[in-house]
Amino acid sequence: MIFDIEYETMPREALESIQLKRLQTVLSHVYATVPFYKKKLDDAGILPGDVKTLKDLQRIPFTTKQDLRDNYPFGMFAVPMANVVRIHASSGTTGQPTVVGYTARDIDTWAGLMARALSAAGATRGDIIHNAYGYGLFTGGLGVHYGAEKLGASVIPVSGGNTKRQAIIMRDFKPTILTATPSYTLHLAEAAEEMGISFKDLHFKAGIFGAEPWSENMREEIERKLNIDAIDIYGLSEVMGPGVSIECLEAKKGLHIFEDHFIPEIINPNTGDALPYGDTGELVFTTITKEAFPIIRYRTRDITTLNPEPCVCGRTHVRMNKVSGRTDDMLIIRGVNVFPSQIESVLMQVEGVEPHYQLLVDRKDNLDTLTVRVEINEKLFSDEVKQLQQLESKISKDIKETLGVSAKVKLAEPKSIARSEGKAARVIDNRKI
Amino acid sequence: MQTEQISIFIENKAGRLSDVTGILAETGINIRALAVADTSDFGVLRLIVNDNSKAEEALKNSGFTVRKTRVVAVKVDDNPGGLHRILDVLKTAGINVEYMYAFIQQSGDKAIMIFRFDQTEEAINILLDNGLTVIDGSTLSTL
Ligand SMILES: [Zn+2]
Repeated sequence: MIFDIEYETMPREALESIQLKRLQTVLSHVYATVPFYKKKLDDAGILPGDVKTLKDLQRIPFTTKQDLRDNYPFGMFAVPMANVVRIHASSGTTGQPTVVGYTARDIDTWAGLMARALSAAGATRGDIIHNAYGYGLFTGGLGVHYGAEKLGASVIPVSGGNTKRQAIIMRDFKPTILTATPSYTLHLAEAAEEMGISFKDLHFKAGIFGAEPWSENMREEIERKLNIDAIDIYGLSEVMGPGVSIECLEAKKGLHIFEDHFIPEIINPNTGDALPYGDTGELVFTTITKEAFPIIRYRTRDITTLNPEPCVCGRTHVRMNKVSGRTDDMLIIRGVNVFPSQIESVLMQVEGVEPHYQLLVDRKDNLDTLTVRVEINEKLFSDEVKQLQQLESKISKDIKETLGVSAKVKLAEPKSIARSEGKAARVIDNRKI
Repeated sequence: MQTEQISIFIENKAGRLSDVTGILAETGINIRALAVADTSDFGVLRLIVNDNSKAEEALKNSGFTVRKTRVVAVKVDDNPGGLHRILDVLKTAGINVEYMYAFIQQSGDKAIMIFRFDQTEEAINILLDNGLTVIDGSTLSTL
């Protein structure tokens, strides 16, 4: 169901004209109220009035996570504190937390967008929403909560943790929509199963999962184990929180970005150049309706692709692919950008290969070398060396064709590669540069 | 008339082969024949042992990738031309030998070779038709 028919299905031309008007307004607003933006624009020699087309946005400098840290805590706020009604902050595991603020209108806008997101996943007034996102400084819990109320659904603000109680509530309150992180969902399913509560006997029809990257394989696992439709949601506190983009139930192929509120761009993370639709690169957002914490060309460090093709659901808003990685993970090999996740998807295309791999990067005679170690398993193992070598060259050829980079593939013994998700285990870069 | 061989994937790094023989020794498995086919990165270790199931289980429990393969054990006259005769028969019949290696036997005037064919059944028939002796797995494990 489409919550806001007018805006969500607006013809591109009308949508872009609204975007431009809103962009011009927000640029004037931040230039006048946030010293950081005034200085950035002055240094770049561009005034808000110089932005005459959407393409002109590309002339404005980026905003980075570091900029937010430098202006900790409230330096990027564009309204007086008297107008700020809510403050959220990111966890700050890698440094200072980033702090964001909302006016009353911002909260209402956010609730509206989250209501759109819930609707796209099939939720209606009649649904009971089990909201297991954490409530607190993290935007997940409250973001979903306000959207659910805006939609008119019944929301259970169960928050994260206390898994046993969650399982009992799921059994007794009969919620129909689950909102949680995908990893917590699988944990919850396991714990419930141990208590004798089978997810298949519950009343869930769909789940909305986000706040962490998750693969298509994980979607299949969740859908099978829980017998629901698993929908991907995207958002980040710097831009707003959950509800920046959402998959539609009809297509489940790419997340519609609510473009009447956010302008997305894809850039080459090395050069900063804007890339055309269809190219893979770093996702950049400009918010065009937020009051307290507008953000201009914010580099999310998330890697994805934008797809402008019309969608079966009727929404005209561009779709972003599932986030496939982070720029932090990016390797540059002989000038080619390589993401571990891209190698992973090549491997997943090869019959019998499991995503247990490791990338070894080295430099020999001033030339970068990439070695991909891939774990063998019983399905792949042949008694004949020739066949194993053929498998190695097939993977190598697929990597070359897909990524344009030569890699030596080495089969490895099972469980010889660490099972962590982190970059440390996946990539060993021995280059001395 | 076939024999079961177990094949193990090993990376080419120091001590890997002895890890395998160590596990088998601990499990009380006797290795009757062994061959390694390797590349610069990895090798396939092929074994004939006195108890395949026990060996397979012990190796799998230690995290090795193991696979059973059908091979053929053939008696070879221990004199000049003994092996040549077998290969000649196979060549005439158009049977391809994927690989072969020797079976460890302490005494006797005959040696035993282990063969892996692409067409196992046909190969056995040809060998038998030409008066050669094929030893089946159960006999082999009692030798
Ligand atoms: Zn759609």
